This record gives sequence, structure tokens and C-alpha cells, in this order.
Amino acid sequence: MEERQQCGSQRARGVRRTVARTLFALAGMFVFAFALVPLYDVFCEVTGLNGKVDTQGQALVAEEVDQTRAVTVQFVTRTSAGLPWNLEVETRQIRVHPGQSTEVGFAFHNTADSAVWGRAVPSVTPARANLHLRKLACFCFEEQRLQAGERIELPLIFQLTRDLPADVNTVTLVYTLYPVDRDEAALQARADGDKGGEA
Amino acid sequence: MAPKLPLHHPVEQSSTASAGGQAAHSAPPRGLMRWLLTTNHKEIGSLYLIFSLTMFFIGGVFALVVRAELFQPGLQLVEPEFFNQMTTMHGLIMVFGAIMPSFVGLANWMIPLQIGAPDMALPRLNNFSFWLLPVAFTLLLSTLLMPGGGPNFGWTFYAPLSTTYAPPSTTFFILSLHIAGISSILGAINIIATVLNLRAPGMRMMDMPLFCWTWLITAFLLIAVMPVLAGAVTMMLMDINFGTSFFNAAGGGDPVLFQHLFWFFGHPEVYIMILPAFGIVSAIIPTFSRKRLFGYASMVYATGAIAILSFMVWAHHMFTVGLPLTAELFFMYTTMLIAVPTGVKVFNWVATMFRGSISFEPPMLFALAFVVQFTIGGFSGLMLAISPADFQYHDTYFVVAHFHYVLVPGALFAILAAAYYWLPKWTGHYPNLKLAQWHFWLSVIGVNLTFFPMHFSGLAGMPRRIPDYALQFADFNLASSLGAFLFGASQLLFVWLIIKCVRGGEKAPAKAWEGAEDLEWSVPSPAPLHTFEHPPTFRHDEK
Repeated sequence: MEERQQCGSQRARGVRRTVARTLFALAGMFVFAFALVPLYDVFCEVTGLNGKVDTQGQALVAEEVDQTRAVTVQFVTRTSAGLPWNLEVETRQIRVHPGQSTEVGFAFHNTADSAVWGRAVPSVTPARANLHLRKLACFCFEEQRLQAGERIELPLIFQLTRDLPADVNTVTLVYTLYPVDRDEAALQARADGDKGGEA
Repeated sequence: MAPKLPLHHPVEQSSTASAGGQAAHSAPPRGLMRWLLTTNHKEIGSLYLIFSLTMFFIGGVFALVVRAELFQPGLQLVEPEFFNQMTTMHGLIMVFGAIMPSFVGLANWMIPLQIGAPDMALPRLNNFSFWLLPVAFTLLLSTLLMPGGGPNFGWTFYAPLSTTYAPPSTTFFILSLHIAGISSILGAINIIATVLNLRAPGMRMMDMPLFCWTWLITAFLLIAVMPVLAGAVTMMLMDINFGTSFFNAAGGGDPVLFQHLFWFFGHPEVYIMILPAFGIVSAIIPTFSRKRLFGYASMVYATGAIAILSFMVWAHHMFTVGLPLTAELFFMYTTMLIAVPTGVKVFNWVATMFRGSISFEPPMLFALAFVVQFTIGGFSGLMLAISPADFQYHDTYFVVAHFHYVLVPGALFAILAAAYYWLPKWTGHYPNLKLAQWHFWLSVIGVNLTFFPMHFSGLAGMPRRIPDYALQFADFNLASSLGAFLFGASQLLFVWLIIKCVRGGEKAPAKAWEGAEDLEWSVPSPAPLHTFEHPPTFRHDEK
């Protein structure tokens, strides 16, 4: 009987230890699931996957323009549901030399009869080109507010660096317009401001 | 004083269990309260099994609505919106309500008997984890009656279909998944605690029946991935209700992230639904071949290898989202690698039967059908793993055929085999042989008539989850629908058979099958409410 009691208490200790460990693992995995969100962004940024691009202007890399090579850059613009805007680009496609900086004008037009906030979210294809695309200025770095019927032109200035992989002959830049909640926009602006301060 | 209390607790429990157990036999608590409050692993196991059988029929009726609509081209019976709800609910109910709980039910019943434990390690938690399930699925089913209908975005609930474009009832769907997930997690904790701590003296890990091993590994998978599912649906909940943008590109999020999170859960989930089936088949085939299982250790290692690999293949569900070439290749090769440990298992089962003295009782019939048909599902899985080919197969009926082959004649047949194998232990009676044979043959014919033509319609390009189709697919769909109704109807035989078996039939001895060797066959049939109050001594020479 004594022996059985001892065996029982040993088992109870073992069970408690197992439960504590599994609960610890559970909590760890739950945190890990949420940690995957920033990790995913970091992973995409480091590898240039998924067309994730910088949200701030970069400096021009001073390098000689490679006149012997020409790359086609295509522009695609889209407007998501819920935003009464048109986005037009002055040219659908241009040829650029690596190293050369190029300016392209984009025209935003609010067709609604009230002021609306909007934002253009960029994406780059092929993703490999992403690391070699430098945006010196882009309307996509900030939100825009357009009055009713207003039409504005905003520039994109970019440079493809000379180390762009040799087999990349075409780079497609896609801009999708999304509506921005005004309160959210204010929050976002503040968050961006903080980020700017760090940099 | 406080830390001592829990130490004494199990001792008290075991002494009251023997004393109170007698009382329980003479005056069992009656009515509903007995089942609401029970902490007995056998009663909770039965509750799980009855619940999952009920869910199996509800999910089955949803599937038949889908098949009835697809009987002919064109829209006949239901609105496309309702069709979407039916495909979604069928998947959710079958995965979370039928297959998973039935394995937990089998674990509850059989693991303590197989390792010589008096009960599960945490009996009250066991009760709680069962009773969460009816709550979760009542909530889930109630969404069908809500304005805007129930979930209609497929069982994979990809964002933004399940966030921006979802019906208002989605919040209830999320809550019900949370509850079902907590239930699975608690069940897994209980199983791990039982297997690691309550084995009979002398039984080492490598002496355990394979069902205990596969369930132990499954439980670890559950612990690892259910929190990820909980995290993903929590993010959905916040995107829908609290204005976050985890999966919303307009706010800086990414819908592809949802797919990564979902399949990081979803692929191990696939193995959660098949590993216990491997354990069941590894018990049945040696019994009816009257030989020991061939390659016991390699079976254990293969199960572990499958579990580890299952975390490295998730993006093979996402070949078409625009992965870089390196990722396509990585996930293609790791996926194909899974065929190796799975092949080890299949060859071990075949080698177990080789030169065995085989008899074809109903459990063996279902186990054999499992081996053959699961292998067919495995082969179509290999085809799908070929990344360049997957661009053609993706989201077609070929995928539907593949995962139904591993889940219906795979997981479900293993569960049916387990039911036939252990019914004598549960009820004390053998199931009716003639009825069981009818059930088996009608099921096999029905299942293959339903799902085999889907390979062809899928390869020819018929997309899944669409209520209408091009005329060229009419014959394949006619066959599939006829097969589905045959399969569905033949499952009613199974219910009738179980009722008959509970009420009476040929009496079964303690060792109900001639070649059965595991510990559960050393207790009387039917197994009394309390078993192994004094742990049996396990002899190594048995293995």
C-alpha cells in the first residue's frame, strides 16, 4: 500500500510536470503565430520577395549609366473598390538604362463630389528586381487627400541600379489605390513620423 | 501545505475509485447528469464517438446537398450562395467535428486500456474538453440560420474572402473554431500526460502499442499548431471588428500572410487526421495476420519523421500565389520526401501480412481497404507535389479527389475499422458479420464511385467549389453523385449495426480476436467501468 501511494505521488508529479511543459509550449506557439506577422515582413524585405518596397525615399546611387543595356519598365495602375479615384500614368512603358534616374508623372483624379483620403500601395514584379529598384521620390510614400473633383499630378523618380540581375529585362511596377480612413490616416501619419525620427 | 494537496489527490482518487467504483456500479448517477459530470475515460470516449458520428451525418447531409446540386449541369436545387455555405460547412464539420473528435474518442477509450492505466491523467479536464465540442458546433451550425447565412468562404477561409467579403456571422464562426481548438488542445494535453506518466510498470515507450505512439505524436502536433490556428482566426477577428489590417493590403497587411499562417497550421492538421489511423491499422493488420507487426521501431521513427516533415511543406498548398522559384523547389522536394516514411509504413503493413495466416473479419476488411486506397490518395498527392504540374491541378476536382481519398477511405475507413475491432471490447458482443460485410462492400463501391471520377473531371479542368459546370463533365458528376448517395445511405447500416451490437449478439470473450495481443484484451468484454486500478505488470517477452 505504501509503495502504491509513493508510485501515485510520483505519477502526479510527472503529470503536473508534463502539463506545465505543454502549457509553456502552447503559449510559445501562440506568441510565435503573432511573431510571424513582423517576421514575414522582415523576411520579405530582406529577400525582396512579394514586391514589398521601402516606404521612404532613398538617395540616388552615383554610378555611371550603363548605356549598353536597356530595361523595360512597365507601369500598371489599379483602383480598389470603394475609392472613386482615377490614377493615370503618363506612359505605360519606358526603356531605361541601369544607373539612370527617371521621372514619371502620375495623375490622380477624384471623381467623387467630396474630399477623400487615398493611398497608393506599390508592388514590384519580378520580386528579384525589388532590391535593385531605388525610389528617390514617390507618391506612394504618403497618403493623398483630394478635394471633390480635384486632379493632381505627382511624380515618381526611380533608379535601377547597375547590379540588376542580367536576366531581368522587364520590371513591372503596380500601384493599387486604396481608400484611407481619415482617423486611421492621422494615426498612420503619426506612426510614419515616429519612424522618420528614428531614421 | 498547499503543494502537498495535489500530491495526495490521486492517491485519494484511486482509493475512492475502488470504493466509490463499487458504489457507482450499484447506484450509478442517473439521467443527463451522469453524462454531463462523468470523468470516466470510457464514458467520455463513448460521448466523443457518438458526437462525432452525429457530426458525420450532419456533414454528410451537407455533402449530399452539394452532390445533389452537381447531379446535373445547371442550377437546380439550391442558390449558389447556399451551395457555398454547404461546401464550407461540410468541410469544417467533417474535419473539426467528425474526424478529429472520433480519434480523440478512440484515444480516450483505448489508450488507458492499452497502457494499463486506470483512467486518463486529467479526468475532469477530459470532461471539459468533450463538453466544449457540442457548444462549438451548435454555435457553428447556428450561423446557417443567421442573416447573411453561415460561412461561405471554403473550409480554408482565406482572407479577404473571410474578412472583407464575409457574412456578418463570421465572428460566430471564429468563436466556434476557438472553442473547438481549445477542446483539441486540452484533449492533446491529456493524452500526452497519460502516455508519458501512466504506463504500467515495466512498459517502456518502445513497448507501447503503435496506436499510443501515433496518438502521442499527433498530440504534439496539436500542441504545436492549434495555437497558430487560434492566432490566425484572432487576427481575422481583429481585422473584421477592430480595424486592424493583418490581411488587408489597403492598411499595409498582406492576404498571402493569411495563407502562410493557415497552412502552417493546415498541413500538420492533415497529419493529425491520419497518424492515429496509421496506429489503428498497425494494430489490426498484425491481429488478423496472426503475426507481430513488421518493423515496429521503423514505424515509430517513420511517424516521427512524418510529423517533423509536416512543418516544412506547408507552401505546397500555395504554389500558385507567386512564390519565388527557390521556394517552389524547396517545398516540392520536401513534400516528395514525405513519401519515404509513408512508404516505409505501407511496406511494413504489407510485410506484416506476408506469409501471415490472414482472415478477413470486418476490421481487417476496412484496414486492407485503407492500405490500398490511402496509397491511391498518396500517389495523387505526389502528383500534386510536382510544382509545375500543380499550376494545372490547383483548385480543381483533382485536389478534391486527392484529399477525399486520404480522408474518407483513409482516415474514415480506419475509424470504422477501429469501431469494428473494438466493438466487442466496448459492448461485449461481436458486430453482426453479414451486416458488416454489406456495410463494407457498399462503402467501398460508394466511395470509389464518388471520388474516382473526380480525378478525371479535375484533370480535365473542372474547378472546385462551383455549383455549375461545363457539359463535358456531366457523366463524371452523375457517377460521383450516385456514388455519394450510395455511400451516404450505406452508413445508415453502420448505425443500425451498432445499435444491434449494443443490444445483443454473439458474446465476445476477453480476447475477442484470436491474434490480438495488446493489454486491452486482458480485461473482460465488455470492459467494466473501472479497469487496471491495480496496474498490471507488463512483461517484455510479449513484444
